[in-house]
Amino acid sequence: MRRLLFESLIRPPLTEAAPRQSDAAIEELATAVDRSARRRLGRSLSIRAVDAGSCNGCELEMHALSNVFYDIERFGIRFVASPRHADVLMVTGPVTRNMAEALERTYNATPGPKWVVALGSCARDGGCFADSYAVIGGVSRVVPVDLHIPGCPPPPTEILKGLLALLDQADKGARAS
Amino acid sequence: MPALIAIAPESRLVGHHRPWPRAVANAAGWIAVTETLADRQRTLLGLWGEADAVHMAVFDEADGTVGVISLEGLEGNYPSVARRHPPALRLERALRDLTGLEPQGLPDSRPWLDHGRWTLRFPLGEKAIRPAEAVPYKFLPAEGESLHRIPVGPVHAGIIEPGHFRFTANGETVVRLEERLGYVHKGIEGLMTGADLGRALQLAGRTSGDSTVAYAYAFSRAAEAALGLDIPPRAVWLRALMAELERLANHLGDIGAICNDAAFSLMLAHCGALRERVLRAADAAFGHRLMRDRIVPGGVVADLDEAGAAGLRTLLAEIRRKFPALVDLYDNTASLQDRMVGTGILVPDLARLYGAGGYVGRASGRAFDVRRALPYPPYDVLRFDVPILDQGDVNARIWIRIREVEQGLSLIEQILDQLPPGPTRHDVADNGEVREGMAVVEGFRGDILVWLRLAGNRVDRCHLRDPSWFQWPLLEAAIEGNIVADFPLCNKSFNCSYSGHDL
Ligand code: SF4
Repeated sequence: MRRLLFESLIRPPLTEAAPRQSDAAIEELATAVDRSARRRLGRSLSIRAVDAGSCNGCELEMHALSNVFYDIERFGIRFVASPRHADVLMVTGPVTRNMAEALERTYNATPGPKWVVALGSCARDGGCFADSYAVIGGVSRVVPVDLHIPGCPPPPTEILKGLLALLDQADKGARAS
Repeated sequence: MPALIAIAPESRLVGHHRPWPRAVANAAGWIAVTETLADRQRTLLGLWGEADAVHMAVFDEADGTVGVISLEGLEGNYPSVARRHPPALRLERALRDLTGLEPQGLPDSRPWLDHGRWTLRFPLGEKAIRPAEAVPYKFLPAEGESLHRIPVGPVHAGIIEPGHFRFTANGETVVRLEERLGYVHKGIEGLMTGADLGRALQLAGRTSGDSTVAYAYAFSRAAEAALGLDIPPRAVWLRALMAELERLANHLGDIGAICNDAAFSLMLAHCGALRERVLRAADAAFGHRLMRDRIVPGGVVADLDEAGAAGLRTLLAEIRRKFPALVDLYDNTASLQDRMVGTGILVPDLARLYGAGGYVGRASGRAFDVRRALPYPPYDVLRFDVPILDQGDVNARIWIRIREVEQGLSLIEQILDQLPPGPTRHDVADNGEVREGMAVVEGFRGDILVWLRLAGNRVDRCHLRDPSWFQWPLLEAAIEGNIVADFPLCNKSFNCSYSGHDL
């Protein structure tokens, strides 16, 4: 059984059977992100995810980036465990009052140059939770934000597009901290 | 529920509460019902408060009935349920944080959701303004020779939700885990108050992102119960279809992720691919990968066309072709079995006491699935098994998921075969009356309870109870005596919701 599975792994899986147009687009997109990352950082891009109050929907799609359809690691884009190793903080959710300090401390623990991506509608302005006693609002109320990726949640392709836009923007020197 | 009235004889039934009865009792009646929880005649389904009222939903497993018992016109306090029945403890700590009502005799006086950072205190009660300042939290002491503490979180290493875990370990062995939650408290119930049905539905569907269908389902059913509203037959079936797709996607994701936490990433790769297939088919069928905001009071807003249905049948065929090999792989990999079998055991007695739902309860011998115990259409006519195991370890929680994937494939097929034609949504009329409704729906994680009071088409009070409330405390019990390195496995096999719990 295992041999069978390993064999199916050695043969190109999933992408083998007539890649759909969208799959090709994903590949192109991810390659572009990688190119920009190397140009800007001289190496691949490390992302640290911070859930600052999300409903967990945005995290699900962030996870999906690592499945074999998107497989962003093959382009050198990695999710890292520590903010010390991160270039990008990808922050989700309306920032809750109970998470604001943790978010700020994570930001401070991230060495420069660094960028902050606010992922999802909530991360822009608090979304439908904006008026709550327990919510501060969008991510930019707590740490400076370089890019916002819209959606509730943004599908994986949109997240990839967003990363590309971020790197382009950084290339132009629009903003780097 | 007549039985409940017999226990609390002084109580009176509330006329506008559907579908199960609600009785307003006096303190003696409340205590009498609490005692039936403590001596295990009943299971606690939920406990929530308002400015001057508390409500407790209980389930009688013997005769399959649900009832709500309330105390109204309170003056600042009420007799604690947790004093006699520990599963109510965190619910009551949260209730006090939110309403200011004091549960008399509550064994743990520390706050739970309120970290001392909100702009006000008691947001659902007599609001009190307070300058934001963090209050230090006293963790439970653990004393003894050569014990050490490991604080983890709220920001974790992976892409997961925030929460704090305080381990006390003796060498590699965990002697105590204490959870601290509430970091993602968004004040959803506060935002619900005064919201119209549309906005309230939006909030309900964002209580826990992985259960967005189940929450919209439960909220809509509760609202329809309150309003006495019927929905078109096609909508009934489409709702179940979405709910089963959500369950399928989550179980596939979980099976892969648990194995990945034992460093067996092959399983994650394959299960992750199947999960992605489900999300894509859902997107093609209903226009959203997570099927968010598709179920609404009155029906559903996305109809299934032929292409969508064909996509779902292709999906079923693909999973049926690939999944059995993965199950074999799981079952025949000794190194994987070595990590899973006997790890993180939750004893059946605790699962029963806490009324643990979902795979957590069913892997520890608790035969409870809302679709079977309190069936709602179309589950009353669908054929399915409710898998039960009693080992209570990580392995059992995986097997429950595996069996439920198989059941889910059959359910989806049955639904596609029997989907009736016709409209998918009825209008919701505003009759301006005060009505109360309640629903319990089986999400992938377990039973989700929604209780609400509507004034016309506006929400006066809505309570959403995630299954995690009765699972998180059990994780603390299950990890005891395991090594620290097995915590990710145990945690992932429970896969409790932070956002659904913190609200
Ligand atoms: S944007 Fe949507 S998916 Fe993301 S955290 Fe907010 S509600 Fe959840």
